[in-house]
Amino acid sequence: MDFITLSVVKAVILAAVLMTTLAYLQWVERKVIAHIQLRMGPSRVGPHGLLQPLADVIKLLTKEDLIPPHVNRFLYILAPFLAVTLALMSFAVVPFGPEIEIFGVRTPVQLTDLNIGLLFLLAISSVSVYGVALAGWASNSKYSLLGGLRSSAQMISYELPMAVALASALLLSNTLSLREIVDTQQGYYLGVIPKWNIFRLPFPQILSFVVFLICAFAETNRLPFDLPEAENELVAGFHTEYSSMKFAAFFMAEYANMITGCALATILFLGGWHPLWPAEWGAHLVPAAVFFLAGAIAFYHGAHPARPRDRRTLPIVAVVFWMLAVLFLLPEVRAALAPLFWFAAKTGLLLFCFIWVRGTLPRFRYDQLMRFTWKFLFPVAMANLMATGLVVALFPDVS
Amino acid sequence: MDAILFFVFAVIAVACAANLVVQTHPIAGALSLIGVMGSLAVLYLLLGGEFIAAVQVIVYAGAIMVLFVFVIMLLNAGAERPVGRSVVARYLGVPVLVIFLGLLSYVIQSMLPASEAVRFGGFDGGAPAEVGRLLFTRYLLPFEVTSVLILVAILGAVVLGRKEL
Repeated sequence: MDFITLSVVKAVILAAVLMTTLAYLQWVERKVIAHIQLRMGPSRVGPHGLLQPLADVIKLLTKEDLIPPHVNRFLYILAPFLAVTLALMSFAVVPFGPEIEIFGVRTPVQLTDLNIGLLFLLAISSVSVYGVALAGWASNSKYSLLGGLRSSAQMISYELPMAVALASALLLSNTLSLREIVDTQQGYYLGVIPKWNIFRLPFPQILSFVVFLICAFAETNRLPFDLPEAENELVAGFHTEYSSMKFAAFFMAEYANMITGCALATILFLGGWHPLWPAEWGAHLVPAAVFFLAGAIAFYHGAHPARPRDRRTLPIVAVVFWMLAVLFLLPEVRAALAPLFWFAAKTGLLLFCFIWVRGTLPRFRYDQLMRFTWKFLFPVAMANLMATGLVVALFPDVS
Repeated sequence: MDAILFFVFAVIAVACAANLVVQTHPIAGALSLIGVMGSLAVLYLLLGGEFIAAVQVIVYAGAIMVLFVFVIMLLNAGAERPVGRSVVARYLGVPVLVIFLGLLSYVIQSMLPASEAVRFGGFDGGAPAEVGRLLFTRYLLPFEVTSVLILVAILGAVVLGRKEL
């Protein structure tokens, strides 16, 4: 298959998977938040509210697309497009798995492997400020303007410690290509501890991982840093004046940025698609075991239903999980899907942390937010970078 | 393919630059400047300088222009009103500009030595490792002097920005 056809096929698959994930991530978030707050969450549309994302999309598509008369029309329409386009563009360089062979075609599970992949991601994230800033300005409303200003100041400020944290991980990996970064993290110390950058000798990057994660929260404008849309002071912040699909575009961009941030943390610090422990210790059985366990839990709750209809729905869920478990026991399927499973598992775990934090922590005050990054996060990241550089220079052979 | 991309982005760069001069609103001007930066980054990429291209976007479009836009938004600067232009400027402005541009391109073409045409992607020293090595060996002095210059500028800005001198 020639390059262009292959790229188009991969792009279509990626777009389909990504859009579904974005829609269902919102369902997962609403469910998890609801359970944290002892509520049910969406439960009306379909079993366990599973068709809620579809209903939401239909609702947003058919709502009246209102453009207020006092806005700057061109920028008002441009801003959501900019936000969502930039957010989706970054997935072009994210590697989801190693090279696989499907129908006789060998190809990496990645749209394109740039040798400046990480710089490309940084460039996109630094330009994506414009989506929010322009939305705030073009709306010509005081709440939107304040939200846009807050957001751009916050994103510029948190980009610094984030870039410095990334740089210390790069000192260990010695390359900017995301695929090669994952490849350098292959292997285990003493046969057990994975050589991920977070555990990597000569200087484990635990500190920079934490700094990166905190900055990712701020970059995606999520709690506890969601001041751009703090609803009790700014109505809805920069998207106050938006409705219908343009409003949805900002949400899509936020969720897409969340996934990119978690995927980037997985790639840079958590070893990408490499399993948690070696295959001799049974790492290849983990996906099947996880799905089997999930099925067993679902079956148990189906047998002891909290609500009458759980007796019918949860056994079906259990059977689906068990079928997945069997699928992961087949050697051919496992070889192709196990790396994807590990990548999805690590990214999913981080995404769950994002949602968990949103359900747990209150919002910062704006001056606290700024003081935190400039007076604490940035110096910590800088000290970590210097220490890493020194140790790597002193012991270049330990890895 | 390279030539087509070059012409597309060259035209975008020139159009954005012209738009920057014509626009009366500061935000529109700043956005046009971002367009110029972005298309220049693509031109660097076509030439094979991928690190420079990425840095162009990160530093200029991502950092400096964001600050510009931020300040414009913060000061809530409105559109500038055109003031009465002189009769000479109104009638002679465009022809003189065209003549000047023509002369300029003629002089540049005749003065530059005849060289072979640009080969797109023919330059391969643009990888981050190469740029970094050159910055820390051959161009170390200019690099460090520039950083001192920037530091001095920051100090100056802090001193001037203080409430009481």
